[in-house]
Amino acid sequence: MVLSPTDKSNVKATWAKIGNHGAEYGAEALERMFMNFPSTKTYFPHFDLGHDSAQVKGHGKKVADALTKAVGHMDNLLDALSDLSDLHAHKLRVDPVNFKLLSHCLLVTLALHLPAEFTPSVHASLDKFLASVSTVLTSKYR
Amino acid sequence: MVLEAADQAAVRALWLKLGSNVGVYTTEALERTFLAFPSTKTYFLHLDLSPGSAQVRAHGQKVADALTLAVDHLDDLPGALSALRELHAHKLRVDPVKFKLLVHCLLVTLARHYPGDFSPSLQASLDKFLSHVISALVPNCH
Repeated sequence: MVLSPTDKSNVKATWAKIGNHGAEYGAEALERMFMNFPSTKTYFPHFDLGHDSAQVKGHGKKVADALTKAVGHMDNLLDALSDLSDLHAHKLRVDPVNFKLLSHCLLVTLALHLPAEFTPSVHASLDKFLASVSTVLTSKYR
Repeated sequence: MVLEAADQAAVRALWLKLGSNVGVYTTEALERTFLAFPSTKTYFLHLDLSPGSAQVRAHGQKVADALTLAVDHLDDLPGALSALRELHAHKLRVDPVKFKLLVHCLLVTLARHYPGDFSPSLQASLDKFLSHVISALVPNCH
């Protein structure tokens, strides 16, 4: 999947609008995912997954920071996310289907907070971007 | 499988709020689906799919009416949707995975328009409701 110049500028513009709310939106997306798709909770037996959990907030920030890094390296996601790719392949082994669930919840969260920006075109670009990131993170599984 | 009471109540309450605007949102959801997931357009080669198309709006209203019918018959979705099931199974033959794409776009659309209402819990109730609708329309899907 190739990100077009329009996709890249849509993603960058969205990220600029997110500003310093990244951690907050990352945490909200995780909360939505755990509530909507309870099977995803199995990867976090060591976490308190209650509402307002500090651990979920911390993890939301990790996810947001990783995505921000990806936004800065859209021409070279494989290299930029190489360590995370190793982590998911050899240690975490999150089943690939779960990335789609988190991506879905991220898009719902962004649509909610950035309704005016979240046009069909931006939505499509973000979906492609998240799918590209997911592909890289699961690329070393086998 | 019937939707739990709490989920039923949440969905009915939202539908009351949407009022006569359901068609607006299903139309937007269709637009988003066509743009983000172009493979879905293959089922609509006979329609003008350009932005603002009256035909897409008409189809959006059809989807809205079907969902409203579903909301009014939460205790017997297979019964209420049997005619549509026949249509989709024998005539339209829509690949079941496409329904999930439309559901994703519908949830994104509703989140955009009702940010204050779209809690993780409401999202979960809606997601379950729409999954039940998909099961009633395309048995053996998942």
